[in-house]
Amino acid sequence: GSWARLAAQQRLTQDQLLDFETTGNVTLVHLTDCHAHLKPVWFREPSINLGVGEAKGKPPHISGKRFLDTYGLEAGSPEAYALTSEDFVAMAREYGRVGGFDRISTVLKSIRADRPDALFLDGGDTWHGSYTALKTGGQDMVNIMNALKPDAMTSHWEFTYGIERVTEIVDDLPFPFLGANIFDNEWDEPAYESHAMFERGGVKVAVIGQAFPYLPIANPRWMFPNLSFGIREERMREVVEEVRADGAELVVLLSHNGFDVDRKMAAQVEGIDVILSGHTHDALPEPVQVDKTLIIASGSHGKFVSRIDLDVRDGGVKGYKYRLIPIFSDVIAPDPEMTALVDAERAPFKAELEEVIGTTQSLLYRRGNFNGTWDDLICQALLEEREADIALSPGFRWGASLLPGDPITREDIYSATSMSYPNAYRSEMTGEFIHTILEDVADNLFNPDPYYQQGGDMVRVGGMGYTIDVTKPIGSRITDMTLLKTGEPIDPAKTYVVSGWASVNEGTEGPPIYDLVEQYIQRKGSIEITPNTAVKTIAG
Amino acid sequence: MAKIKPRVKVPKKAKAGEAVTIKTLISHPMESGQRKDRKTGELIPRKIINKFVAKYNGTDVFWMDMEPAIAANPYVEFSVKLSESGTIRFEWTDDDGSVYDIEKKITVA
Amino acid sequence: AGLAAVGLIRMPAHASEEATMAAVKEYAGGMPETGGVEIGAPEIAENGNTVPIEVSADGATEIMILAAGNPNPGVGTFHFTEMSAESRASTRIRLAGTQDIVAVAKMADGSTKMARREVKVTIGGCGG
Ligand SMILES: [Mn+2]
Ligand SMILES: [Mn+2]
Repeated sequence: GSWARLAAQQRLTQDQLLDFETTGNVTLVHLTDCHAHLKPVWFREPSINLGVGEAKGKPPHISGKRFLDTYGLEAGSPEAYALTSEDFVAMAREYGRVGGFDRISTVLKSIRADRPDALFLDGGDTWHGSYTALKTGGQDMVNIMNALKPDAMTSHWEFTYGIERVTEIVDDLPFPFLGANIFDNEWDEPAYESHAMFERGGVKVAVIGQAFPYLPIANPRWMFPNLSFGIREERMREVVEEVRADGAELVVLLSHNGFDVDRKMAAQVEGIDVILSGHTHDALPEPVQVDKTLIIASGSHGKFVSRIDLDVRDGGVKGYKYRLIPIFSDVIAPDPEMTALVDAERAPFKAELEEVIGTTQSLLYRRGNFNGTWDDLICQALLEEREADIALSPGFRWGASLLPGDPITREDIYSATSMSYPNAYRSEMTGEFIHTILEDVADNLFNPDPYYQQGGDMVRVGGMGYTIDVTKPIGSRITDMTLLKTGEPIDPAKTYVVSGWASVNEGTEGPPIYDLVEQYIQRKGSIEITPNTAVKTIAG
Repeated sequence: MAKIKPRVKVPKKAKAGEAVTIKTLISHPMESGQRKDRKTGELIPRKIINKFVAKYNGTDVFWMDMEPAIAANPYVEFSVKLSESGTIRFEWTDDDGSVYDIEKKITVA
Repeated sequence: AGLAAVGLIRMPAHASEEATMAAVKEYAGGMPETGGVEIGAPEIAENGNTVPIEVSADGATEIMILAAGNPNPGVGTFHFTEMSAESRASTRIRLAGTQDIVAVAKMADGSTKMARREVKVTIGGCGG
């Protein structure tokens, strides 16, 4: 109840959250993957996050109690609430919502009071992910971020507004838009600046940007037809050598590779001091060290801000102090100036945002390797509204959570479905092709070589069950595919009606997913999600 | 048929003995002979660029034999080292015998 | 799904592999030594119809490229001369699906070297 929340908050104060003994001469502040969530949210971290190969059982592939034990966190503590899904609903009621850009502004102002020249770096997935961002083509986020004065950003979902819109924004952006791995695919020449040099604390600091390597595969490449991305390890090596030769004493990689890709790149490429890692939405209370490189994972949806103070002398890092600052919305005082800016961006859409469409009896969340209750809802909506046998919902990791009993507003629906290629298609696929799709996506998660991983979760499936052995190679991970409504095995040769959304093919037809889900919730009124037991996993 | 146009990226000046990167493109559909015409259902006959040559002051410096697996609008990048100023000439030979060419001058200091 | 566009009908894997090895032996006059050739290619192709690849081998006069999973494995052969700054070149090729790129280099002394590298071609979607 609320008194428990008050008691919990007594134990937790803003000063405690921002307590940081400034050390060294350079401060980096990292925010990533906020997905345009300007206001406080509920956000449940995944209860299952499997790793394979070398990453098996290593952060970030730990969850629940193992996560608590790994970092010595006390069950029921504020950190346990922020970093795991343990006892999530009770904790959420006790500690309240997280995030909110007016709270982030307070934290930034406090850090800048200690260190006026702190470098504030945005890891990308900033302009996409909400109702207002979709309606304004990301302009609300551009305005808010400009107010926070970042020093550089990199990108991923930004490109799903199309190359014209990206160019329009980037041309006026008051800070560098970095992407060492973005090339024009006609002449194979760099399409964006690879890095920016700064002078901080008396030392030269290089910030290199790395955009999401698989944009043209995971997102619609027809929206940015003349760009090529990729991991481009060799290119990264060249840029690191270039900035070192240029006198950089601190080399920071602002990355949207995803954590496991960053971990491999840290081992493969010499000379990177700090990797600010984004895309896989992991939040870790301590950096992971690989050789001489520190990898920092700063979570998502505005739930955390990372601060690292570095002691950089004689061309190297002699020491550091790090904190993953959880943004407890009820503990950190909102900066009134930023509250006003945020509300001004949302004002034109206030009625549409706040319209209540239905209510949820269940906890709605997205994150989890194989399913999430938000996706169970979306799949159910696709099955019914599109009269399909099977539904496919991509394994996106963005989208906030809702507690049992919460109203579902239009804003909440867009938090889980807002995008620029939303058409809910209805097409016929053979059982064999459905198997190929599942195998293809599974290899994006569970290929032992991180450079083949694309950072999303498994495609969510409605109307069909299957077993997955994550340790097997591509082509043999998925078995026992079963049509739930008949209990019969999926016949490779038979054709099934399949409905899904977010196809990367141009000209996909069908109603936008957010309208379809709204229609479904309106029709149902009250949403109840029974636990999904359709996916059996063999973690090996 | 869209006009077949060669384009190249060649520096105007180069230092003697230093690696000079050359980038070349030609707009060509590279019909592999295995693609079906959607309307008639028949295979569209093979018609590709099968050879690319770069000559400097008349001497072959680099060439490439191409098969149908080369992507449409063939791109070839390579590097040369030059000792004197001159003209670099590029020739693309089509299955139908036609030759497309372009020349660029390079001053070597 | 993209096969029609690529215009390459997939053969059973072993048939292409055999055709590839036959082409290698014919070109090299026997089985080349493995190593000494570098293949640069994306881990996952952004578009199977146009995959950028680079091959290099110090001292090579020629480098032949094969796509071991294509119905006709032949792709092309680069020829270098004394005026080549290095035996390195790049182009863009069509891949019918996930497969190995094979590069065979011929040296001035007639010896040959070989390397293979897998390139994945996927359906795509699911943007993390
Ligand atoms: Mn993200
Ligand atoms: Mn991302």
